[in-house]
Amino acid sequence: MDLIRIKNVRKQYKNGLVAIQDLSLKIEKGDFVFIIGSTGCGKSTLIKMLYREEKPTSGQILIGGIDVGKIWNRKVYKLRRKIGVVFQDFKLLNRMNVYENVAFALEIFGLPKSEIYTKVLKVLDLVGLKNRAKNYPNELSGGEQQRVAIARAIINEPKLLICDEPTGNLDSDTSMEIMKVLEEINKMGTTIIMVTHDKEIVEKMGKRVILLDAGRIVKDYEKGTFKNESV
Amino acid sequence: MKAFRILSRNIRDAFKSVFRNFSLSLASISCITITLLVVSIAIILTYNVNNFAGLVKSDVTIVAFLDQGITDENIDMVEQEIKKIDGIESYTFNDKMDIMKQMMESSDSFKIMSEYTEEDTPIQDTFLVKVVDIEEIGKIAKLIEKIRYVESVQYGEGLVEKLITVFDVVKNVSIGIVVALIIVTAFLISNTIKITIFSRKREIEIMRLVGASNINIKIPFIFEGLFLGVLGSIIPVATTIYGYMALYNHFDGQFLSPFIRLVKPEPFIYIISLILVAIGIIVGMFGSLKAVKKHLKI
Repeated sequence: MDLIRIKNVRKQYKNGLVAIQDLSLKIEKGDFVFIIGSTGCGKSTLIKMLYREEKPTSGQILIGGIDVGKIWNRKVYKLRRKIGVVFQDFKLLNRMNVYENVAFALEIFGLPKSEIYTKVLKVLDLVGLKNRAKNYPNELSGGEQQRVAIARAIINEPKLLICDEPTGNLDSDTSMEIMKVLEEINKMGTTIIMVTHDKEIVEKMGKRVILLDAGRIVKDYEKGTFKNESV
Repeated sequence: MKAFRILSRNIRDAFKSVFRNFSLSLASISCITITLLVVSIAIILTYNVNNFAGLVKSDVTIVAFLDQGITDENIDMVEQEIKKIDGIESYTFNDKMDIMKQMMESSDSFKIMSEYTEEDTPIQDTFLVKVVDIEEIGKIAKLIEKIRYVESVQYGEGLVEKLITVFDVVKNVSIGIVVALIIVTAFLISNTIKITIFSRKREIEIMRLVGASNINIKIPFIFEGLFLGVLGSIIPVATTIYGYMALYNHFDGQFLSPFIRLVKPEPFIYIISLILVAIGIIVGMFGSLKAVKKHLKI
């Protein structure tokens, strides 16, 4: 069953730059998909359209059957509650400790404290940071900070997890640790779309890979068919 | 229950955030404090000037001098005519013999008047008339003057009109200053809060990403503005209460001369304090709201 269906999407920015053109794509529920391509190929624009940071100029983006481009601005938050987003720069709040950073995503919905506590500890356990709950982001390594960001992104049990170069700032060993965490989350049923430059990781993971160039899909590799040398 | 939890969390977070971003909060609080102090001084001045103007206006009286030798029936007739005039607040009749008596009692130099009888006294019977609207005094004086047996009227012609003009100018200028100050305060506070909020762009961005609705994001900032407003009004309120009390006691309730009376501190200072807190809160809240809105564009 398709979770994401993108039909003939085109995105042109106000300055005239065409970031995505005539792009169509289907991603099934539970999939793990890498999006790769050179800088400026439209990867970031594509995922920004998925969490409705940007709107397509034309075409349709359906997530769970809902046309994302047609959601009213003030209703976008409803979509975002179903999507988790992880960034290269972690986007953690330095004045909050690990527990607070993760709990933050639940507190705004008014959940009872006891429920927040249980959920946060569970998710911190999943990313292997249960014993770091009281530490502040600046006391953590890059990999640990990214795991906190992942914990925050999945605390609401999203159907879709979007990762925008989550290993971009990390060394290869730490990157692989992050990938293991993401794979674990994927096994639990969450669909993951990950943008990356790291072809080594992409090859090692053996997942579906979509290669973008100049805003178009130039190749869609089936699971396990991507080879680093082939690009 | 859920709404209550969200609200209490927002209040708690707003309070925490005022202290977490203390240097920027202090900038906003100082800005509110300084402008509210100026607003307070302006309100105190305006109110006192208006109060003084009101006292002067209420003291202005038309004196209608009646013809010498007027009979009691004719005095009644004059009274009936005065009654018919619109815009008169009150009037009293002063009998010339009573006036003479009062004058003699007030000073020894008037003792000489005892030689005069009712028939040959130079003092005239008078009606003292107070008007409702001071601006109508000239018109009403002319109507009284036209009444038969009224010889002449006096109400400080020229001087009263000048005073009215001066008071109106002072009143309008001071109200203008207060309004302008409030607008400037709103602008300054909004800008200072904008800087505070700019430094928390990331927080707003994360809130949006984790699915907070615009209202979810706005509420803590609105509360924060409210706290900043309340904290910023503490010094102006204290200064207003204790400062005005001290001023009033120091001058014994009058400024320079007994003629210029100061407004009594109670409940005056409490009303001003409420106004200051209200301005602080409203301006703080709207300043925050305006600043945070800028970062909510999707």
